[in-house]
Amino acid sequence: MNVAVSPSAAVTPTEMMTVVAARALKNEDVCFVGIGAPSAACNLARLTHAPKITLIYESGTIGTRPSVLPLSIGDGELCDTALTTVPVPEMFRYWLQGGRITVGFLGGAQIDRFANLNTTVVGPYDKPKVRLPGGGGAPEIAAHCGEIFITMAMGLRAFVDKLPFVTSMGHGEGGDHRARLGLKTKGPTRLITDLCTFEPDPVTKEMTLVALHPGVTREKVQSQCGWPIKVADDVRETPAPTAEELEVLRDLHARTRKAHGV
Amino acid sequence: MATFLSLREAVATNVNNGDAVAMEGFTHLIPYAAGHEAIRQGKTDLTLIRMTPDILYDQFIGMGLVKKLVFSWGGNPGVGSLHRVREAVEQGWPRPLEIEEHSHAAMANAYEAGAANLPFAVFRGYIGADLPKVNPRIKSVTCPFTGEVLAAVPAIRPDVAIIHALKADREGNVLLEGITGVQKEAVLAAKRSIITVEEIVDEFGPRNANAVILPHWTVGAIAHVPGGSFPSYAQGYTRRDNAFYINWDPIARDREAFLAWMKTNVLESTPEAFAVHRRQAA
Repeated sequence: MNVAVSPSAAVTPTEMMTVVAARALKNEDVCFVGIGAPSAACNLARLTHAPKITLIYESGTIGTRPSVLPLSIGDGELCDTALTTVPVPEMFRYWLQGGRITVGFLGGAQIDRFANLNTTVVGPYDKPKVRLPGGGGAPEIAAHCGEIFITMAMGLRAFVDKLPFVTSMGHGEGGDHRARLGLKTKGPTRLITDLCTFEPDPVTKEMTLVALHPGVTREKVQSQCGWPIKVADDVRETPAPTAEELEVLRDLHARTRKAHGV
Repeated sequence: MATFLSLREAVATNVNNGDAVAMEGFTHLIPYAAGHEAIRQGKTDLTLIRMTPDILYDQFIGMGLVKKLVFSWGGNPGVGSLHRVREAVEQGWPRPLEIEEHSHAAMANAYEAGAANLPFAVFRGYIGADLPKVNPRIKSVTCPFTGEVLAAVPAIRPDVAIIHALKADREGNVLLEGITGVQKEAVLAAKRSIITVEEIVDEFGPRNANAVILPHWTVGAIAHVPGGSFPSYAQGYTRRDNAFYINWDPIARDREAFLAWMKTNVLESTPEAFAVHRRQAA
């Protein structure tokens, strides 16, 4: 089924972001999933066009098929439905560092034009204005997954000209910075937001606007971004969500809310 | 050597003021009942170690019992910040909190190094990241074979590891299944251990291929505390109470609401209070 939805179906920006992220995933991907929008996107992909995708959560669950979205990366649902569950040290050593994961999903509190991410502190590290949760798996996910997809809602506090702290490296200072540090993986290949999609420039690696979601203008994107955005020569319009994509996503969220008792 | 004790006695004899304590559990099997017992006994000046400090460590820190936190991700999973941790770091309330921050890969490797009786862990980590600039315990080593520069962090060797597990048999062998986290490594890396269990059985019976078993001669105190991982969970015994995690947020945001909650639910409570969660889930 691939029917376009009528405009009256009021797609939210978050739904749009999730649908675009889901479409980027393929059946043969082995995907390191984070909580929140990435988890929704990965499971939407699994429940629509990519039923054989392998989803891995850092708690150790491999090939998991949850019927509701987990609140945390270690919910029992993930283990109950997994092909296998491995200890956490093994997850980071054999599976992530071992190079067996094709796509890692990341998000963060802040991002810069080279898709470096901050989830550690706002302000000085020793005297932070805001103490954030920290990196968790992200520093090594960013380094060792074949490529990285980032999902983040745009806004001037999030899309900043200079990060106070680099929790996980995207393209560093741009250009061949990753390769100079010995990394053989691609790093961030897509930055999917609630307004548009960015992809890195092939040479400079600066994140470049390549697609606008329906009804969004370049000016709107620029107004939510703390640096002057680079725009591709041919900016596409993101196809609207299909009826199937929306229905499956909304059902998933409804089941999840019910299961979490809130 | 495994010794069966009441939880009160297990904590009183194994946790000292000033100890480095690892209460592990990767979402699953977090030892809440044992943690609450340590809070009730006023164990203080602790260094708390954990990959993913969640509500339990928020409670210790909010009660002023912690001088240092070693961690890699500190939040209320799927909900947001740990407000008691944030207030300690940002405002120094109720006391300043020293932090030693790593990534998950670093801590998982450091626990393995501790269990393996090695001085440090080596891994391909922190590439392009800022944490090594602010944490002097993140260093590097050069591979003697290839010349590659790799990250190195010291092994984790806690004074005491505290975990919750599913079953102990009467000899004191311990079994856990499901998401097994870093609990085995934490116990084997530690000088002493306390393990609370859902059930004490004659025989483990059939178990999953990836079950973790700690032989009786590797564990310390065992205490029978049904429901002892609530609001975390015990695979097959209790379910994770996701609503509790969501509802914790407004309690932890407010100092007075937090202290009142702790008085009622921890200071004036007992380990037996956890059993009700087991019955509700059954």
